[in-house]
Amino acid sequence: MTLSLNDIKRVAKLARIEISETDAQQNLVRLSGIFDLIEQMRAVDTQGIKPMSHSQDMVQRLREDIVTESDQRTLFQSVAPQIEDGYYLVPKVIE
Amino acid sequence: MQWETVIGLEIHAQLSTRSKIFSGASVAYGAEPNSQACAVDIALPGVLPVLNRQAIEYAIRFGLAIDATINSPSVFARKNYFYPDLPKGYQISQLEHPIVEGGHVAIQTGDQEKTIRLTRAHLEEDAGKSTHEEFHGMTGIDLNRAGTGLLEIVSEPDMRSSAEAVAYAKVLHSLVRWIGICDGNMQEGSFRCDANVSVRPAGSEALGTRCEIKNLNSFRFLERAIDYEVARQIDILESGGSITQETRLYDADRDETRTMRSKEDAHDYRYFPDPDLLPVIIPQEWIDQIREKLPELPKDKRNRYIQDFGLQTYDANILTAARELADYFEQMVSVLPGQSKLCANWIMGEVSARLNKEGLEIARSPISPEQLAGLLLRITDGTISGKIAKDVFDSMWQSNGDSADTIIDAKNLRQISDDSEIEKWVDDVLAANPQQVADYRAGKEKAFNSLVGQVMKTSKGKANPAQVNSVLKKRLTE
Repeated sequence: MTLSLNDIKRVAKLARIEISETDAQQNLVRLSGIFDLIEQMRAVDTQGIKPMSHSQDMVQRLREDIVTESDQRTLFQSVAPQIEDGYYLVPKVIE
Repeated sequence: MQWETVIGLEIHAQLSTRSKIFSGASVAYGAEPNSQACAVDIALPGVLPVLNRQAIEYAIRFGLAIDATINSPSVFARKNYFYPDLPKGYQISQLEHPIVEGGHVAIQTGDQEKTIRLTRAHLEEDAGKSTHEEFHGMTGIDLNRAGTGLLEIVSEPDMRSSAEAVAYAKVLHSLVRWIGICDGNMQEGSFRCDANVSVRPAGSEALGTRCEIKNLNSFRFLERAIDYEVARQIDILESGGSITQETRLYDADRDETRTMRSKEDAHDYRYFPDPDLLPVIIPQEWIDQIREKLPELPKDKRNRYIQDFGLQTYDANILTAARELADYFEQMVSVLPGQSKLCANWIMGEVSARLNKEGLEIARSPISPEQLAGLLLRITDGTISGKIAKDVFDSMWQSNGDSADTIIDAKNLRQISDDSEIEKWVDDVLAANPQQVADYRAGKEKAFNSLVGQVMKTSKGKANPAQVNSVLKKRLTE
């Protein structure tokens, strides 16, 4: 699979990352390099091998259903650009 | 042309855990904005989600209740999209290996019973809430709900009418409360429905293009939105147009659906396994333990009511629609064994009517099952008639837990089965109604009922009706 400049721009748009033409070009080169590595791995015969969903062969630990967190709103909101009545304020977004 | 409607539902049930699915913040409803959003929920750098055991257990409970497969390993994935009430920029959800796969539930519409297949049920986290109105052109974000555990329950497109969709949604609503995994509070958003709706020419196998309708937070809205959407799609198709696959929002005020986003700018979620979470392994012993602790399920109860108690399917379905209702019924039957039909009739008749009228749930009924059983006992042993029992029921409803006997004695309502007294009333009525007596003797059966009614009235409803019947018959044939 080859990446196009449009793919880069599309992924950037989906991630809401502003990207200049130059950056997009550079990212295309870098990401294409990663895709080449993936192509090399795809050449390995993996038939009969179950895909892993995680790189480590370990099992998820579970926690008990207990409330352990207290209200830290004041602390968290001290670094927020804009707050009001306990809400975080962001530019209006309605689809 | 005849059209067939095809509906599939996605239901989000908020899990009744104490803490969030991946953090130790509380999920209590109605707290001050952002007071229950911890570092994990607001996605501060360096935090790690840790999975809540209870959320897994609830999902397993659900899977067992619908005869589904419990997947192990089960895997969490990131569903990427950008929205300010989703602080991480992705929702932790499941794509491949959802915890629950397959399964089915039975629904009933009218006399028709039908099986609806489920595709899957997967665990995911809820997003926060956005408020667009109150912040002078800005959007206010409350992240208290962010990270609350949800079970998304996806059906196959097996429903063919809004009535079936509502019946299915109600069955699931009852089931999640029955097994104690969700409080089902639709006003607070604990149980939310999205409907996938399409139409196709009757007899056609291929599915039509579907629209997804969001924001259906009541059964009534679900029904109305589907009906509107079906009519809209048929209109378009019959006037030669074609349906655009899109997400539509139901506007209850205007009773219509409208475009929310079309497929062209539909999200490309770029799912991938979440590297922060390892595969979940569910040992068979755990599943067995959960199965053992499951309450008797509605479908099993229903079958038992039909087989052991001789109830009609319809009655059995109603009584098992909610666990509280079934408990009420069973408590009555334990006092009145062998009178299950009488108990069922009273619950579905007097009790339901009165609860509906006052907007109460069965659990808040002022009359306990024991009290009501005590009342019915007095019908079956002949102390009072069914008609008087309804008066006692009314008094009991107003009273503070008075027993039937207390009310019957206080109001002097005991049924009179004393022959001499009944004979006297009968003779009085016969003497006062020579015309009806003549009518009856001339062969008008109706006149008999009217005479019975008069005797009952004379006795203020206290005469034993069976005895009145026999005394009257005897007198009239003398």
